[in-house]
Amino acid sequence: MSVMPRQERPAVDERASLRPMANSFGLSFEEFDDVVSRMGREPNTLEAGVFGALWSEHCGYKNSRPLLRRLPTTGPQVLQGPGENAGVVDIGQGYGLAFKMESHNHPSAVEPVQGAATGVGGILRDIFAMGARPIAVLDSLRFGELDNERSRHLLAGVVSGIALYGNAIGVPTVGGELETNACYQENPLVNVMALGLLRHEDLQKGTVGAVGNQLYYVGSKTGRDGLGGAVFASADLSAASAADRPAVQVGDPYLEKLLLEACLAAIAADLVAGVQDMGAAGLSSSVGEMAHRAGMGVDLHIDKVPRREDGMTPLEVMLSESQERMVLTAKPGKEAALVTLLERWGLDVVAIGEVVDNGMLRIIEHGTVVGSLPVSALNEPPTYVRDGVEDPVIVAARTRDLGDLPEPGDLNGVLLTLLGAPGIASKAAIYRQFDHQVMTNSVVLPGQADAAVLRVKGTSLGVAATVDCNSRYVYLDPYLGAAHAVAEAARNIACVGATPLGVTDNLNFGNPTVPAVYYQLERAVDGISAACLALGTPVTGGNVSLYNQFRQGEGHEAIHPTPTIGMVGVISDVALRATQSFKRDDDVVVLLGAFAPVQGASEYLFRIHGLEAGSPPALDLVAEAAVQRVVRDLVAAGICDTAHDVSTGGLAVAAAEMAMAGGKGARLTLSATANVPLPARSDTLLFGETAATVLAAVPRQHLPAVHEACLAAGVAVSELGIVGGSDLSVSSTSRDLLSLSVAEMRAAHEHTFAEALG
Amino acid sequence: MSIAVVTFPGSNCDDDARYALEAGMGAAVTLVWHTATELGNPDAVVIPGGFSFGDYLRSGALAAHSPVMAEVRAYAERGGPVLGICNGFQILTESGLLPGQLARNPSLKFQCHYVNVRVERAVAPFTSRAAVGDVLSMPIAHNEGSYYADAATLEVLEGEGRVMLRYCDAAGTASEAANVNGSRNAIAGIVNSRGNVMGMMPHPERAVESLLGPVDGLALLGSLVDAGRRAA
Repeated sequence: MSVMPRQERPAVDERASLRPMANSFGLSFEEFDDVVSRMGREPNTLEAGVFGALWSEHCGYKNSRPLLRRLPTTGPQVLQGPGENAGVVDIGQGYGLAFKMESHNHPSAVEPVQGAATGVGGILRDIFAMGARPIAVLDSLRFGELDNERSRHLLAGVVSGIALYGNAIGVPTVGGELETNACYQENPLVNVMALGLLRHEDLQKGTVGAVGNQLYYVGSKTGRDGLGGAVFASADLSAASAADRPAVQVGDPYLEKLLLEACLAAIAADLVAGVQDMGAAGLSSSVGEMAHRAGMGVDLHIDKVPRREDGMTPLEVMLSESQERMVLTAKPGKEAALVTLLERWGLDVVAIGEVVDNGMLRIIEHGTVVGSLPVSALNEPPTYVRDGVEDPVIVAARTRDLGDLPEPGDLNGVLLTLLGAPGIASKAAIYRQFDHQVMTNSVVLPGQADAAVLRVKGTSLGVAATVDCNSRYVYLDPYLGAAHAVAEAARNIACVGATPLGVTDNLNFGNPTVPAVYYQLERAVDGISAACLALGTPVTGGNVSLYNQFRQGEGHEAIHPTPTIGMVGVISDVALRATQSFKRDDDVVVLLGAFAPVQGASEYLFRIHGLEAGSPPALDLVAEAAVQRVVRDLVAAGICDTAHDVSTGGLAVAAAEMAMAGGKGARLTLSATANVPLPARSDTLLFGETAATVLAAVPRQHLPAVHEACLAAGVAVSELGIVGGSDLSVSSTSRDLLSLSVAEMRAAHEHTFAEALG
Repeated sequence: MSIAVVTFPGSNCDDDARYALEAGMGAAVTLVWHTATELGNPDAVVIPGGFSFGDYLRSGALAAHSPVMAEVRAYAERGGPVLGICNGFQILTESGLLPGQLARNPSLKFQCHYVNVRVERAVAPFTSRAAVGDVLSMPIAHNEGSYYADAATLEVLEGEGRVMLRYCDAAGTASEAANVNGSRNAIAGIVNSRGNVMGMMPHPERAVESLLGPVDGLALLGSLVDAGRRAA
C-alpha cells in the first residue's frame, strides 16, 4: 500500500449530532454517549454504523459476556480456547480437532433455504480459518409442530439448505437432533456445528500480526446482501421481518470450496500470518477482531474492496455480510507468493490494508480518511449484568402435582405415539438428503448410534461428536436442564466408546432485557458450568443467539430457552466402538446406572397428557460420570458393542430404538433390585425419564466382566432379559406391560418425517 | 500400476478415490488438475464425484469443456480404461464419451443411502472381479442420477450388453422400488461400445473398507487395478 492518507481527521458530518438517531445504528442513547466518550468526539455516520454492528448482541455479547466468564474453559487437552474462530482440542498423535457451533436462526425464519445454507457456509469458514480441514457437520434444529404449515415449510427449506451447501462443498453431515414445539413456530432454531482436523503445527490465529503486514481480501465480491445482519440477528422477529429479506445472504458452496482449498494450501505453504472469516458484520468485525487480538491498528483502503454493485457507501462495504470472503495476513516477504497461490484458484485477491501500531482502524477511501475507530473500543462493548427473576408461571408448572394423572391402559399405543413424536422419530427422511459419507471417514452413520463417529485416516483414532439439548428440561428448570444437556451429550459420547474432550455451546434465548429471560440465561450458564466441570469438558467456544422471540401485538412469545451443547470426544482405537442396534440373538440386555424414572418434564407427559410440567429428573453428576466411565471402558475393552442412553421417552423408547436399529426384538422383565427400586406406576416405569442410565447388550460370556466393572465403579447393574425374536416385549414381575413387533414400531418411527417432507 | 484421478474445481470425491486406490489397492495415484494438457501415461483414468464447477448450468456440462477432457478423450480412443463415478458419469455423458444423460431424481431431492446393484457383465477392465448376477451394495449420493436415453439408444445398450450395473433389491431382482432414482431400465452403470469407458452412479470408493461398511466397491476398483497391472 503506497497511498498515503491526505488528511488525518475524518470528515465529520456537517449536520448536528447523530445522537437522536442512535437507535437506527442499533445503539441505545447511553451506548451512543459511551462511543462519544471513548472516541473523544462525536462519531460520523460510518463510525456510528460500525460501532452499532460490533456492539450488537450478535457480535458484542453485551448481555452474555459477563455470564460466559463463568464457564470453565481450560484443560490439558485445550489447544485453543474461546476467543478465536473456533476452539481446538488435542486428540493425540499430533492431531487437533477444531470445532464450533453457530446459529442462523433469524435468517432461517425469513428465508429457510439460504438461511440454513449460509449457516453451514459460515461455520465451515470458522473451521478452516483455524487451519483445519472441515471433516463433519452436525445440525441442531427446532421448529413448530409439524401439523403447522409454516413449520413444515421451514423444515423442508432448512433441510434442503443444509443439503445444498454441505453436499456441494463435500463435507459430510453426520448427525444432529431435532425437536418440535409450538414456541418455535415463528422463530425456528438452526444451529450448525462443524468439526475440522489439523496437525498441531498448522494451528492458525485470527490476527493481523506485526506492523507492516499486508492484509488481503480473498473470495467473493462484496454486495449489499446481508447488510445489517448482525443487528437483524439482535432484534425481535416480527411480521415485518420478511421485509428484511435483503439481510439474508445467499450462499455459493462452489466458491467456498475453492476458498477452502486455497486457504488450506496457503497455510500448508507457510505463507499466512493470520486468517479470519468475514462473518457477522463483515469486514468491520473481521479486521477489527484481527487487529484487536494483535493489539494493533489497521489502515483499511475501502476503495480496494471488490464490489458486486456500484454506488455502495463505505458503511455498506464495512457491514456487508456477503458470503465466502476471508481476510488473510501475509507473512512478511511472502506477499507475492500468497497472491499467486490464491489466484491459481480463480479467486479475487486484493491487498486492502496494512498493519499499523496506533491502535486505530482507519477507513480510507481514495486517500481520504473517512472513519477512524479505536480498535479496543470497538471490541470491548459495554456489558450488562441484569437481575433475573423467574417467571411465576414456570414455577407453577414445575411444582404442579402430577400424581392425579390417569394411567393409560394401552401402553403399546403410548409407545407407538412416542416413537412417532418428532423428537424421537426416525430422521432418515432428513439425513438421506445429506451426503453423510463423502470424505470416507464416517464409521458410524446417522441413526446408528448416540453420537457420530469418524475415523482419522492414517491413525487408529476415532472422533465422536453429538449435539444435544432437551429444551423442555431447560424451560422447566434452566440450571438443571442445561446441566442435563451437557450430561446427555457426554453420555452419548460415552455410549459410542469415546472420551469427551470439549464443548461448544449455542445459547438460544429470548430477549435478555426481560428479567424472566435473563434468569433463564444466567441459570443455564451456571448449569452448563457445573456439568462441564464435573465431566471434564471445558467450553472452547460457542455462540449466543438472543432475541429469539416473536412479537405479536403487545405480547412477546419467547422460545423455550435452548442452550444447545455440541460435544466432541476421541476413541483411541476406532475399531472398538458401540452402536445402538441389537446385534446378536441371546445377547443379555443390561441396565447400567442410577435408573430413577420420573414423569416430570418428560416427552410422555407432553405428548400423551399435553403437559409441560413437573421437574426434570434429578441429576447426580458423580453418578453420571461413573456410569459413563464404565460404559466407555467396557466398549474400549471389546466387551460391549451395543449401548444406548436412556433419555427422551424413557426405557421403553430406548429399548425400542435398539430393537429397530438391529431388526431384532428382546424380552425384558423389569424387577426391583437392591439398588434399583421401581416406580409403582407402569407409565413412569416405561416412559419416565432419568439421568445417568445406559441400556446395553453384551454376549453372555462377558456378563461377569460387566458386573465386575460396575461393582468396582459403584454403578448399579441389572439384567433385564435377552435379545431375540421379532417382538419387543416388556413385563414387570407381576404382568405384561407391552409387546410390539419391530415392524410395527418401525412404521410408527419412520412415518413422521417421511410424511412431513413429502 | 498408476492411475490418474482428474480433479475439477468443485470435485469433492477426488481425494476419496485417491485414498481408496492407494491405501486400499496399492495403486500409484496422481491427481490431475482440470487445466492439464497431459495425463502422464497412466494405466487407468478415474473421473471422481463431486460438484464440478458447482454443477452450475448442468451437472458435468462445464467440466466437459475443461482442457483435460481432450486428453481423456484421446486416452479413451487409444483404448485406455476410463471410469467416471457419479459426477464423473455425468461429465462423461456431457462430453459424449457415453450416451444418454443423468436427469434429476424424481424425488426432487438429493439421495444419500446404500443401494443394491446387480452385475450384468463381468468383464475387464471394470467388473472382472465380479460374477454376473452378483448383488453389490454401495452408497449413492446424488441429485441427478436418473439415467435417461431414448428408446433407440437403450435398445443398442441392451443389445450390445453395455449395461454393466442395474439397480435391484437385496435378492438381485429388479423392481420399481429398487430403482431408487427412476433410471431407464434401472441402469446404474454403462460402458461405451468399445468397453473401455464406464460411468456409474454408485460410489465404489466409499465401499472398500470394512471399517466403513460393505466392501463391494472392490469389485469395481479392484478390477480396474487388475487390468492396469496386466497392462503395465
